[in-house]
Amino acid sequence: MLTQLATVQVWVHDQDEALAFYTDKLGLELREDVTVPEMGNFRWLTVGVPGQENVAITLMAVPGPPVFDDETRNQIVSLMAKGASGGLFFTTDDARASYEELKARGVEFQQEPTEQLYGVDAGFRDPSGNSMRMVQRSEP
Amino acid sequence: MDVVEAGVRERVAEVGHGDAVARADIDAAQEEDLSRHDGRVRKPAPTPLPLERHLLRAKDLVDARYREALDVPALAKAAHLSPAHFSREFRRAFGETPHQYLLTRRLERAAALLRNTDRSVSDICLAVGLRSVGSFTTSFGRAYGISPTAYREAYSPASRVPIPTCMQLAWARPQSSSFREDSRGRRG
Repeated sequence: MLTQLATVQVWVHDQDEALAFYTDKLGLELREDVTVPEMGNFRWLTVGVPGQENVAITLMAVPGPPVFDDETRNQIVSLMAKGASGGLFFTTDDARASYEELKARGVEFQQEPTEQLYGVDAGFRDPSGNSMRMVQRSEP
Repeated sequence: MDVVEAGVRERVAEVGHGDAVARADIDAAQEEDLSRHDGRVRKPAPTPLPLERHLLRAKDLVDARYREALDVPALAKAAHLSPAHFSREFRRAFGETPHQYLLTRRLERAAALLRNTDRSVSDICLAVGLRSVGSFTTSFGRAYGISPTAYREAYSPASRVPIPTCMQLAWARPQSSSFREDSRGRRG
């Protein structure tokens, strides 16, 4: 049987830019960065939330041929850029403080911290256009 | 660094990824210096962002700041495009003009305030960034088929399931295809 969710994949238009964003701006930690020359320099790049060792996010470059033809590749990049490619949901202890902190580092917010039924949440984007949210859950 | 590449970097830096790009620039410059001396291959340039990403920035700006005096020229500026070009490209990417998106976002937020608060119609109109109560009432009628007051009466608090704001923003915006404002929006 399946035991746990270990890694989630996020397409990114540029791995270096994504790495800088997810580590320097969001404060995640670099987990793995392996380039495989015999696989056309495929780069396995993962980051994770400090303290949450068993879940990683792999920042995956959108490949061209032979994996995807150019048209397919461009469609994926375009969908990301239009904000139509899903996203990630984080939690935070203090949504308003995190909002100020991330905003000061240049993170683009699409929604300021807002009171919800379940707590306070805010929405932002990574450089590729992927949607991110952070939630401060209210006390049960 | 060639002129086109410099232009792309400058543009990307302007719109909010300055740190990463500046660092990549420094790295690239250092690599370039080194390559002159020891023949190492220069690091590849960052992948430029597609135009849609700049359009999305303007769309996000609507969602974040619809309460303010936003208009199409201000949105075009955020996307670093001329208003006419911006409106055309926005429509191509998202299926409606930025004017329509801004108006329907404001109407959606106004509908939420009508349902969830007891603020007056004119107060709500101003709160969502619209200045004329007359045009607000007209636009609201076109979008929802009833007046703001009738809408409020039709949705009593007890009849509703609570829905998080992010889902309302995504799903509850009225369709704009029947708006007379379409033609105005198309001109940018």
